Amino acid sequence: MTLLQVEDLTTSFDTDRGELRAVSGVSLELDRGRTLGIVGESGSGKSVLTRSIMGIQPRGPLARYDGHVWFDGVDLMSLPPRELRSIWGRRIGLVPQDPMGALNPVVRIGRQITEVLRYQFDHDRRRATSMAVDLLEQVGIPDAADRLRDYPHQLSGGMRQRVAITMALAGEPDMLIADEPTTALDVTVQAEILALLRRLQRERDMAMILVSHDLAVVGGLSDEIAVMYAGRIVERAAAHVVLHHARMPYTAALMVSTPRLEHARHTRLAVIPGRPPDLISPITGCPFRPRCDRATERCAVLDPPLGGVGGHEYACWEPIDDGW
Amino acid sequence: MAGSGQAPLREGDDVLLRVRRLVVEFPGRSHRTVHAVSDVSFDVRRGETLGLVGESGSGKSTTGLAVMRLQVATSGQIEFDGTDVISADHDTLRGMRSRFQMVFQDPIAALNPRRTVRNIVAEPLRIWAEHGRIDRDEQVAKMLDAVGLDAGLVGGRRPHEFSGGQAQRISIARALILEPDLLVCDEPVSSLDVSVQAQILNLLRDMKARYGLTMIFISHDLAVVKNVSDRLAVMYLGKLCEIGDAEAVYSAPAHPYTNALLASVPRLGGGQEGPPLTGELPSPTDPPSGCRFRTRCPRATDICAEVEPEMRPVGEDHHVACHHPTVGSDQASLDDDELAIGDLAFAPPGAADSRK
Repeated sequence: MTLLQVEDLTTSFDTDRGELRAVSGVSLELDRGRTLGIVGESGSGKSVLTRSIMGIQPRGPLARYDGHVWFDGVDLMSLPPRELRSIWGRRIGLVPQDPMGALNPVVRIGRQITEVLRYQFDHDRRRATSMAVDLLEQVGIPDAADRLRDYPHQLSGGMRQRVAITMALAGEPDMLIADEPTTALDVTVQAEILALLRRLQRERDMAMILVSHDLAVVGGLSDEIAVMYAGRIVERAAAHVVLHHARMPYTAALMVSTPRLEHARHTRLAVIPGRPPDLISPITGCPFRPRCDRATERCAVLDPPLGGVGGHEYACWEPIDDGW
Repeated sequence: MAGSGQAPLREGDDVLLRVRRLVVEFPGRSHRTVHAVSDVSFDVRRGETLGLVGESGSGKSTTGLAVMRLQVATSGQIEFDGTDVISADHDTLRGMRSRFQMVFQDPIAALNPRRTVRNIVAEPLRIWAEHGRIDRDEQVAKMLDAVGLDAGLVGGRRPHEFSGGQAQRISIARALILEPDLLVCDEPVSSLDVSVQAQILNLLRDMKARYGLTMIFISHDLAVVKNVSDRLAVMYLGKLCEIGDAEAVYSAPAHPYTNALLASVPRLGGGQEGPPLTGELPSPTDPPSGCRFRTRCPRATDICAEVEPEMRPVGEDHHVACHHPTVGSDQASLDDDELAIGDLAFAPPGAADSRK
C-alpha cells in the first residue's frame, strides 16, 4: 500500500538574483517495504526534495512550496509545525550525510540516543538506556554498553554514521530518508553501511528513500530509481531498467561518464559538455537540451513531460532506443 | 601487510622518481608517535602514471606531500632524476622545485581568492622564468587555452566566480605552466560532480600526452584510478601492500586487502552481498605487530603477527607483501580449509554470482 505520495511538488526560494526553482513539479510514490533511489548531481534538487517532503526546510516569505505530500493519508504540507514535529523521528527518520554535523560534539552518544527514546516513547532512563544498547548492537557497534559513554569525536566516521542511523531508527519510523549516507565514508565502510541499511530496511519493513550522486550506490539497494536534473525527475523506472535500459540521454550520459571498475583501463570517458542550467533564469524547453547530442528544435521549445509505458517514465522528446 | 622491502624497485635510466624506504612520522599526543608512512619503496618511470590508492589514514597523501618535499620525511630517500630530494641543500632543491608540481583536492581552496586567474597562472613564471611581461601574458593565454579556458573571458576573474571543475582547470594550468616533469595529483576529482569528473580526467590524459608528463595519481576511488593508471600501488596504515602493473593488480589482486577494496566498490550490476571487510582501522600510533592488516584479515595466521611480510613477486611486475597472498605460488601452501575461507570471502568480482 502506498505510504508516501508526492503530488506536483514545487519548491522555490527567493534569492538576490530572483526566484530559484529548486524542485519543479515532482510527483512520486513509495510503498511500505520498498526503496526508492534518487540520483542526481549537485544542484539537481535531490536534497531539497527530501527536505521538502519532510517539511524541515524553513517556511517563510523567502521559501515557497506548492503541491501535496501525502504520508499515510495526511498531507504533510498542510500540517502545522507542532504536528509536523510529531512525524519527525517517529514516522519519518533521517540519516544525514555528515554524521559529525548531526551529533552534538559535547554530549555523550548514550545521552543523545536515550534523549530520542525518552522524547518519543516517554521511557524512563533505565529503560531508554537498555534500548539504546540494544539498538547499537543491532547496527553492529561492538561493546555497545561501553560506547554509550563515548563522545562523537572518539568514534570513527563509520561508527558515527552507525550512531546517526541508530538515532534515526530509535523512533521506529515507517520511512527512512538517507541523504548521501555514505558519501563521507571510505569505500570499505560504505559497503558496510549500505549492507546495514539494506538489512534494517528488510527487518523493519520500512520504506526508504536513498539519495546519492552515484548510480551504483543507489542501484544495489533500490527497487526503483528516479533520476533528477534541474529540479525535476527526468527518468524513473525499476532499478535494473534504469541501469540497463535508460532512455533519457542524461541518464545514459551519467552512466558512461563515470569511471567503472568494469571498464578497461585508459578508456576515454564520454563527457557531458557544459554545466547544469542556472535554475534562476526560466527554462524553456528541455532543461538538458543545451548539453544533449540528440536535441532537436522541438526540445528547445517544448518542455517534455514525464511519461511512458509499463512503469518506465522519462521526460524526453528523443529517447534512446532501449534495445528491449 | 606490511610492505617493506625494495623488491619492486626497477633498474634503468628511465626511472624518474625512486622512493626508497620512506618513513614519515609525526609527534602524536602524550609523546606517542604517529606512524604515517613506514618504510615505503616505489618508483615511477618517465611518462608513467602511478595510481596510489588507499583509504583515509593509509598514508597516501602524506607520501605525495613527502615526494613534493612539502612534508619533511623522517628517513629514507626520494631520488628525483638522480638527485636525493630529502638530503638536497637549499639551492639544489630550489633549482629542482619547478620540475615537480602538484594539483590538490579542493581547487577553490588551493587558489588565492584575492588574485585574478591571470595572476594565479602567471605566478610560477614570475618566480622562475626570465620572461618579459608580454611573453608571460602570451604563455598564460596559451596555457589557459590548453586546459579549455578562454583567457580573454576568465583572465580577469577571481576563483570564487568559478565552479569546482573550472577552478580545477585553473589549478592544473598553474601546475603545468612551468612544464614540470612530474605532476602529483592528490584526489584531483574527488570534490567534483560526476559529469565534471570525466572532463577533468580527460584533460589530465590530454595534458599528459601533450607535455610528456609523469604522474602520481592519489585517490581513494579505485575506478577513477583504474581509468588513469599504468601501475598501481595500494597502501594500508602507512605500508605498501601491493604494487604492480595496473592490469595485473586489477585482474588478479594478490593482497587480501586489495581484494577487499575491490569487492567494496559498488557496481552497476548491483547486488553486492555482505561487506567484504569488517572491523576498525587500528591506530597509527600503535600499529599491529607483523603485518599491519592482520587484525582485519580473514587469511591471517600466527606468522602474520610475528613476521612482517616482505615485498615479493607474484608475477611479472607484480609484487605483494603478504604471507598468504590470494594469487601466486604460496597459495598452495595453505591447507584446503583456509583456502576455501579465503576464496569465499574474497572471490574476485566476476565470481560474485557463484558465491553462496
